[in-house]
Amino acid sequence: MATRAETARLAQPRTFSERLVGWVTRSPVHIVLLAIAALWLVPTVALLVTSFRPRSDALSSGWWHVFSSHLTLANYSQVIHTGGMGHAFLNSLYITVPATILPLTLGAMAAYAFAWTRFPFRDTTFLIIVALMVVPVQTAFVPLLKLFRENGHLNTEFYGIWLAHTAFGLPLAIFLFRNFFITLPKDLIEAARMDGASEFAVFRRVVIPLSVPALASFAIFQFLWVWNDLLMALIFVSDPSKQPMTVKITQLLSTYAQEFHILAAAGFLLMAVPLIVFFALQRYFVQGLLAGSVKS
Amino acid sequence: MASVTFDHLTKAYADDVVAVNDLDLLIKDSEFLVLVGPSGCGKTTALRCLAGLEEITDGQIKIDERVVNRVPSKDRNIAMVFQSYALYPHMTVYDNLAFGLKLLKTPKQEIRRRVEDAAKILNLERFLDRKPRALSGGQRQRVALGRAIVREPAAFLMDEPLSNLDAKLRVQTRAEILRIQQRLETTTVYVTHDQVEAMTMGDRIAVMRDGVLQQVGPPPELYERPVNKFVAAFIGSPAMNFATVHADQGKLKMGEQLLNLSGSRAKIAEQRHGKQLEIGFRPEDLEIANGTGDGAVSFPANVDVVEYLGNQELLHAQVEGNEIVALVASDRKVQVGDKVEFTIPNDKLHMFDPETEESLVPTG
Repeated sequence: MATRAETARLAQPRTFSERLVGWVTRSPVHIVLLAIAALWLVPTVALLVTSFRPRSDALSSGWWHVFSSHLTLANYSQVIHTGGMGHAFLNSLYITVPATILPLTLGAMAAYAFAWTRFPFRDTTFLIIVALMVVPVQTAFVPLLKLFRENGHLNTEFYGIWLAHTAFGLPLAIFLFRNFFITLPKDLIEAARMDGASEFAVFRRVVIPLSVPALASFAIFQFLWVWNDLLMALIFVSDPSKQPMTVKITQLLSTYAQEFHILAAAGFLLMAVPLIVFFALQRYFVQGLLAGSVKS
Repeated sequence: MASVTFDHLTKAYADDVVAVNDLDLLIKDSEFLVLVGPSGCGKTTALRCLAGLEEITDGQIKIDERVVNRVPSKDRNIAMVFQSYALYPHMTVYDNLAFGLKLLKTPKQEIRRRVEDAAKILNLERFLDRKPRALSGGQRQRVALGRAIVREPAAFLMDEPLSNLDAKLRVQTRAEILRIQQRLETTTVYVTHDQVEAMTMGDRIAVMRDGVLQQVGPPPELYERPVNKFVAAFIGSPAMNFATVHADQGKLKMGEQLLNLSGSRAKIAEQRHGKQLEIGFRPEDLEIANGTGDGAVSFPANVDVVEYLGNQELLHAQVEGNEIVALVASDRKVQVGDKVEFTIPNDKLHMFDPETEESLVPTG
């Protein structure tokens, strides 16, 4: 039987030549991966660089001349103050935060019921809700808008878009959470019930703390989807003072069609929040995608 | 503390499987009752019905005088220890123990006192800040017990709590559970498939088979006076020997061998003259004849395997086509191939009806 030291020696090439051979064998994969990553990053880097370049430079030379031109924050200042992006940024937050929290909360509660309580037609109802995921968002726009208009002009406030995003986000949330919750040990749920916990207490004190990865991954999905959404914002937010950044950028496009530097600053401003959200929660995101696939 | 009554409890599933059939059982206040039986006999289902984790199909369950058929688990004031421990992995040991009390809105100081008391009883004081994943199997089991203790419930329900422990720890924890139960005097319903656990722990044992209660009584009663062949075979280790015999004018004929009987056994053989009977005798009741066995049933057998156990040995022997096992003191030095005369005291011979498998010996 090999000792631990021997095993380690076998697993790791020791000499320089062995290491070199190892690296060369693996390097094609690394090179391809690096190339794909770089290619993927080019547009974002271009956007970032352009957003800091003055108008004259942006119009006369490409972004890769970044080292020969000076950089400025003036584009951001202009886009935030005169372009109205600052206000639109806040609108985006007003829309996105509730439109993420609502389906997250409602979805988790519904999923708990589907996973851990008994009621007639439970599985059929769940199937119908999952089937709703195939309904294209576009088919519901006209009837929804009509509904909102006839019921207190919801489209003139934020409520309309909150409800719309919640409705379209719920099937995925319920599907994802129910499938995660069902993998929690049954004994744990029953132990909590025996300990005197009501269904809500089981949900809040046992199920939710153990489901953070699933909740976080859905929160990221929903946040990015709502933050980047243009179509639903155009339809369900009719008040110009309440429009989010995505709508504002399309307006800037017609005003500043040739002004790349302004559009780049606006575009990067739009990207900043999703990037922050993603990097803050990426640990859970990866865990969440793998959740339930491996028995822990 | 409370009494628990299963009043004609029946639990059937949608596919017509009857898990518990007309279970009628009273568990007295402070009693330690063990529900025992092979896998699928309905013992866990009965416990889960009592816990409120399964809806019952028919009958009643009472805790003291209160019918709890429709009372949710959380309002039954009973605590359960699960086979898998079911500790909350995201909470520390302290929070695991305190969870039930917090839900009852117990004052913080009271929670701390009770958790610390339980931790002391269970030797968990050093681990209160740890998460369950940082504990060994035995420690987790103790936390699971502690979680039941702190609530001071009307009854403890335990579902095979020792089956995930190794043999040595199982014996230790068995004693620990008994000590705690005797100290707290809490009514306990304990489910196991291990008859040794049942015999050593229970004030009374209830043996179940295919959802039907077979016999309930103190361990010596089940051991000495089983009501049927199933209970006789299930209780006792090594298991009881059985053989088919013919009743013949107050005697029994095992193959060519005639067994002499006396007293009540002879009377049964007389009544059943000409009919088949099933006899049973425990390995530890078999003795090697020394010429003084007056009034004992005796027969010769060929020993084919000897298992040495230290102070005792297990003799496997053939007698008239039946394999029997005898547990005898190991000083006789019986060799493989020896022909040995075995005797059984008359009153240790069990007799069963071969069709109904009911005991023919008066059990009163």
